[in-house]
Amino acid sequence: MDGPVPYLQWGFIQISLANLVVIGVMLVLFVLALVLPFPGHAERGDHDAGPR
Amino acid sequence: MITNERHSDTEPTSASSSVGPKAGGWTGAAARWLERRLPIGKLLPTRQPYYIGSWVYVFGVVTIAALAWVIASGVILAFFGPQWWHESATGRFFNSLHFWSIQLFFIFMVLHLWGQYWAAGWRDGRAPTWMIGVVIFLISIITAFTGYISQQNLDAQWIAVNAKDAINATGAGAFFNPLNFGQMYGLHVMLLPIAVTLLVVLHVIQVRLRGVVAPIGATDADLVDGGTVETSP
Repeated sequence: MDGPVPYLQWGFIQISLANLVVIGVMLVLFVLALVLPFPGHAERGDHDAGPR
Repeated sequence: MITNERHSDTEPTSASSSVGPKAGGWTGAAARWLERRLPIGKLLPTRQPYYIGSWVYVFGVVTIAALAWVIASGVILAFFGPQWWHESATGRFFNSLHFWSIQLFFIFMVLHLWGQYWAAGWRDGRAPTWMIGVVIFLISIITAFTGYISQQNLDAQWIAVNAKDAINATGAGAFFNPLNFGQMYGLHVMLLPIAVTLLVVLHVIQVRLRGVVAPIGATDADLVDGGTVETSP
């Protein structure tokens, strides 16, 4: 914990590995939220049947 | 005691019916305005449009849940003080709870921001809701900054000394001084959390007032009763 923090650099872009990992996790969570079905929720066109 | 007699005679059933269209003074006018703008059916709706059934709409409420943990752990930290949160095992636990809650708060706030940005959440009269959200984001950054300075350790001193130069360069150093611990701590535990909490309440009321924004390209059929689902099935 007290050692130097690893940093990554591409040209003028510099970011710590920890921050890059957090951003990567956020992107994964966002994509999963878009594609994963919401539990107990009817599909479009099926809503007249009410919630499952 | 005229007021008491009038109340016992009329047995009011609701604010508007008890005070009539013009009666009640400022209180009556406020009651009628609230009933008109925010009826209980809007404040606590039992049905929502079908399109809110997506994980994207969970990000906002998770952000609020994280804020609740931040405030609860912060109250405990403020009560026992820095020696406790640095030296005792329980104190370090609550210190960590406070730190990781705020990490989750920011992560889910930004995910909520992405979701609303790509859905153009400011459409159809919702610009004030979006702008209040932006203000909450900015105040949260200042709150987190003052939190790092309030840790009472070398990390806090390092950040404060470096930030002093940066804040001076903006011209704000005379009234926002990172080296003034009392000012930073007072802002962190009192004024800024109150501002964030009140604005979050206002943000949620604004969402309730206008409803959740429809997806881009949604048809009218999506917005009528047939396109709604129970919020608590």
